[in-house]
Amino acid sequence: MKKTTPPRWATKLIARFAHPDASEEVQGDLLEMYEHWVCVVGPARARRLYVLNAFKLMRPFAKNTKSQQYSKTYSFSLVMIRNYFKIALRNLNKNKGYSAINIGGLAAGLAIAMLIGLWVHDEFSFDKYHQNYDRIAKVMQTVTVEGVQYHGEYMPAPLGNELRTQYADDFKYVVMSSFNDEHILAYGDKKFTKTGNYISPEAPHMLSLKMLQGTRAGLKEQNSIMLSEGVAQVLFGAENPLGKIVKLDNAMNLKVTGVYEDLPYNTEFRDLTFIAPWDLYVATQNWVKVALEGEQWDNNSWQILAQLNPNSTFESVSRKIEGVKLKHAPHTAYLKPALFLHPMEKWHLYSTWDISGNVTARIQYVWLFSIIGAFVLLLASINFMNLSTARSEKRAKEVGIRKAIGSLRGQLIWQFLSESLLVVAFAFVLSIWLVVLLLPAFNALADKQISFLWTSPAFWLTGIAFCLITGLISGSYPALYLSSFQPIKVLKGTFTLGRFSTMPRKVLVVLQFTVSVTLIIGTIIVYRQIQHAKNRPIGYDRSGLINVEINTPELRTQYNVLRRSLLETGAVVEMSTSSTPPTHTSFNNGGFEWEGKDPNFKDNFSTVAVTHDFGKTVGWQFVDGRDFSRSFSTDSTGMVMNEAALKYMGFKKPSDMIGKYMKWNGVTFTVVGVIKDMLMDSPFKPVEPALFMVNYGWANVINIKLSPVLPARESLDKVEAVFRKLNPGSPFDFRFADDQFEKKFSTEERIAKLASVFASLAVMISCLGLFGLASFTAEQRTKEIGVRKVLGASLPNLLALLSKDFMLLVTISCFISAPLAWYLLNRWLLSYEYHTEISWWIFVLTTFGALAITLLTVSYQAIRAALLDPVKSLKTE
Amino acid sequence: MKRTFLGEFEEIVLLTVASLRENAYAVTVTQELETKTGRQVGFSSVHTTLQRLEEKAYLTSVMGGATAERGGRRKRFFTVTALGQKVLVEVKTVRDELWSTLPSEFQLTNG
Repeated sequence: MKKTTPPRWATKLIARFAHPDASEEVQGDLLEMYEHWVCVVGPARARRLYVLNAFKLMRPFAKNTKSQQYSKTYSFSLVMIRNYFKIALRNLNKNKGYSAINIGGLAAGLAIAMLIGLWVHDEFSFDKYHQNYDRIAKVMQTVTVEGVQYHGEYMPAPLGNELRTQYADDFKYVVMSSFNDEHILAYGDKKFTKTGNYISPEAPHMLSLKMLQGTRAGLKEQNSIMLSEGVAQVLFGAENPLGKIVKLDNAMNLKVTGVYEDLPYNTEFRDLTFIAPWDLYVATQNWVKVALEGEQWDNNSWQILAQLNPNSTFESVSRKIEGVKLKHAPHTAYLKPALFLHPMEKWHLYSTWDISGNVTARIQYVWLFSIIGAFVLLLASINFMNLSTARSEKRAKEVGIRKAIGSLRGQLIWQFLSESLLVVAFAFVLSIWLVVLLLPAFNALADKQISFLWTSPAFWLTGIAFCLITGLISGSYPALYLSSFQPIKVLKGTFTLGRFSTMPRKVLVVLQFTVSVTLIIGTIIVYRQIQHAKNRPIGYDRSGLINVEINTPELRTQYNVLRRSLLETGAVVEMSTSSTPPTHTSFNNGGFEWEGKDPNFKDNFSTVAVTHDFGKTVGWQFVDGRDFSRSFSTDSTGMVMNEAALKYMGFKKPSDMIGKYMKWNGVTFTVVGVIKDMLMDSPFKPVEPALFMVNYGWANVINIKLSPVLPARESLDKVEAVFRKLNPGSPFDFRFADDQFEKKFSTEERIAKLASVFASLAVMISCLGLFGLASFTAEQRTKEIGVRKVLGASLPNLLALLSKDFMLLVTISCFISAPLAWYLLNRWLLSYEYHTEISWWIFVLTTFGALAITLLTVSYQAIRAALLDPVKSLKTE
Repeated sequence: MKRTFLGEFEEIVLLTVASLRENAYAVTVTQELETKTGRQVGFSSVHTTLQRLEEKAYLTSVMGGATAERGGRRKRFFTVTALGQKVLVEVKTVRDELWSTLPSEFQLTNG
């Protein structure tokens, strides 16, 4: 009989896919059956049966029972995980000190990172309250003079209509706005000074104000006003404000047509506590009316906001409107005015520019603090890693025994990772508690109203992801390192950590201290810069100087009555009015003519209108010439200039100008005196050339010098009484020049405070780590110290022995951080025109400080170890 | 008493294994069943049933020595375990009891 073979492909199939446990006998059995079938039913059917049975016996997904039996582990069973945590908790409990250092340090790091994270989140969510956030823009312009570019948001009045009519396809709304300013709101006998604005009636739609009462269309009527919830509350209490009449600036009676929800603190318009119609502003302010109807394209005094239609982009519209101003005011061509749209998304973080047009805005501080936050977290993680590896020798035996009784390396890695995750989890909970505790103080420091994002899933996800990453990264090194120990060596006791095993730890300590020392140097220099600017001569006397805003017709017209009444109280030394308070300039003008002026010179001076008594009020100091005096009738066209103006005009001696004329707007002024530079604007910038002219009509503030004899409180009461009598329509609000001056430092002081907080925390965290490390070293070298003591080592010898290594590391860090800090801070300082120098002693002082702190931290442990009785330390084995 | 689950096919496979003594493996069991019952028996179902019975611990198996006739592949020989024997006896007892309750003429007509 001819021998037939079954189809080979079926044989291959069954060889490949049979049940792994039964593969061999199935193949054999099938072959045998095939021969049987050939005999019984013939080769053709036998082949069919063979194939059929081969298919039926395929078990492609079956697993080998043997391998299953042996690979089954309990690593992920509940019992084992619970055991990991139990061991971890016991370990934490056994070494309470290190656990506290570990968890505390990490929690502090996490808390800082979280606070900074919240701050950054708040910065980025600025203005997002408005629904049309991504389509609102401010119309701005750049002017370029002699290669220097200036950005401004002050716009000419006719531009609004021009944009509205000529570019109707691009703009959904074009909103004219005066600037947010203080006004008096009165209802019945209640009077308050509140900040508010005159805006076009579309503004509530554009800003998507949430109306609590009334509708967004409430500004259509000229004599209407919309109030914020807070203002409505203080004015009306429980009464319904709708339809009530409110008196604005003691002059206009306006009907309340709407109440909107207070704008949140992190919006540009947070101080917009009431809105009055733009038309009312035009109708009541003649200069605005003139500017608008007379098409004054060179009077830049207003703000224009706009919302784009969905099809337009900021870039394309900016290109379209770029030349609009130049077209209507060709005589300003030398300034190269160019209009552009500044999107709302960029208002908060990208709104300052340097003279070549680069953004130098708040976003830099956001970056700076993000980096600091990351570094502080890094420091905390380094601590954690350092302490864990330092403890490795102690746990080496545990690892050896675990391995000897059958732990796999993977299991040990998981055990150590779960331990570090547990510590991180504790730290996370602790840090949340810390953040909740610190948030009010942080808000005060950072001028924010940040609330903890309890309900934000994104926050929790980020937080937990952060913890997982920190836990895994900082736990990975000990986990991988400890689990690699060889059980035989460890258990035999011949296990020693190699000479270089401390190397990574040392590198980490150096890194930690480099960051800390850099932060310390940074803080010192920021403080010195502030102090430098504060100590700058200001050229006048601001003690006891207050100013009151002129906001009613009563104050404007009664100069002499007011001055006489105030002087009569005895609480006031002098009183005057001026166009701006001495802590501020807001008017810049060109077009002055003087003898010997270069005709091509485009002059630009700060101009201040004052009264005869201004000099005596603020106490300005004359270099040459004399103050304004009523005894010279010609002084009504007199002028006083500062030294900067003199230099600006190209004169060397004050006598070059005194008695000479200055022509401006058809009036000839005579220069009567030159004063020392009065610091009116930013204390970080050079004093601008300023001209002071007598003008009783151009007055915005009343300056009052209080008597130094009486207590300030008493004087103020007397002054208030006078104001109540003469100006009953408005509350008595005043500002101290001192406070105004201090406010100029607020940004820098905020940075300084935040930087000092972060620097001290970084130092604290680094020291915690150092403390932990020192105690470990001391513990490890107990025997060595015992032997040395027996052989006659003295306490200072031992102290030097134990501190030497750490001192060296910190010294290295100081040497790394000095050039780093110098480079970074030099750049920061150069952004201020008036800045301090970085002197060498700062570096020396910081180095000594860091070494002293190190010595203090280490010496506690070192002294303890050195004082130990050698009998005891050598007896233990 | 806990009820034992033994399907009809399982029962006869188990019985065949018992009757084949030392020479019980999938091929012989299939052939024996074919000759005894005279019906076509699927090899794959016999194989699967043997495995299932082993899982239920009614059978135990050992691999035999290498053979020449089937490409050198070994055979898996099955033997009935004590539990398997007990189950077989139980099944038989139940049947016998049932038979004994039958009227005698039923037995006669069928006999």
